[in-house]
Amino acid sequence: MLTLYIVTIIALIVSYFINKEKTKKGLRKGWMKFSKTLPTYLKLLMIISLVLLVSEDLIITYLGQDNVFLGLLSSLILGSLTMMPGFIAYPLAKILLGKGVPYMVIAGFVTSLMLVGVVTYPLEKEYFGKRATLFRNLMSFAIAAMIAIIAGIAYGEVLI
Amino acid sequence: MSKSKKSYLLFATFVAFSVISFLIEFEFGIRVWNNFLVFAKDMVLILPPAFILIGLFDVWAKKESVEKHFGSISSPIRFVWSILLASTTVGGTFVAFPLANSLYNKGAKYSSIFTYVTSASLFMIPMTVMEASMLGIKFSAIRLIASIPFIIGGSIILEKYLNKLDYKLPVIVDKNSD
Repeated sequence: MLTLYIVTIIALIVSYFINKEKTKKGLRKGWMKFSKTLPTYLKLLMIISLVLLVSEDLIITYLGQDNVFLGLLSSLILGSLTMMPGFIAYPLAKILLGKGVPYMVIAGFVTSLMLVGVVTYPLEKEYFGKRATLFRNLMSFAIAAMIAIIAGIAYGEVLI
Repeated sequence: MSKSKKSYLLFATFVAFSVISFLIEFEFGIRVWNNFLVFAKDMVLILPPAFILIGLFDVWAKKESVEKHFGSISSPIRFVWSILLASTTVGGTFVAFPLANSLYNKGAKYSSIFTYVTSASLFMIPMTVMEASMLGIKFSAIRLIASIPFIIGGSIILEKYLNKLDYKLPVIVDKNSD
């Protein structure tokens, strides 16, 4: 975080000394982009704070079930639907591991959580358009499933 | 009413709802607000410097050099550049989406920007360190190594598909504003 600020300040100073006009134009461009998408960021935050509230219980219930493949499927779906910061997601994953949930299911959850963004759809759409957003997320879902299965093999939970 | 006005109105309603929740000690509303603060804190800290950098990138980055490293005349090393750029992007996809859009409008190929955005959410360094300490290094190693070929492969397939459709990404700031 601090690095981001240091880099930004240095970049601004260097840019200002090389070309004042260009720097001003850059700042204006950055501001325009920011203000154009700010409403979408706000909407997104509100959705996320609601989703996060209901998702934790669902995750513990559905990921911990006996049928491993249903567990995997629900981990991928719930991971795609929700969004949570790492400091909530990883302690949760550790609790699930302690309850005997296989690594495969955990991998499916963590990976789809990061890769597939159903709630971030409104934001991504602004930058990529509808179709590219849809297909990128479908691709990400498939990648999450593959990684989960590979983790299952690596931990000896899935036998080939 | 414009789309952005609606969002601001919705946000005002949300704030009012939270204030009332605190006043009447409505548990659900208070928890929603606390969640909101968790995410909002990150956004408030990260977005302003990130958009300053994106604006500077827009005026300074030369089309030729973006094309050379991420575009049609670049070698497969562009995937290495994309992943390196991703792992150093603070703020994950919230910052990666706008930057990817800028890269595209400067001539980067679809496969580069999709590799970039997708790995930006998977390879964040602080997240990975936390993961390794809680779930084990083996877990993180599997996740990172296994995902690279799928991300690159998937991005190439996606690029072929979008090029066939002659698909274009939206331009966020109009060229006329130059």
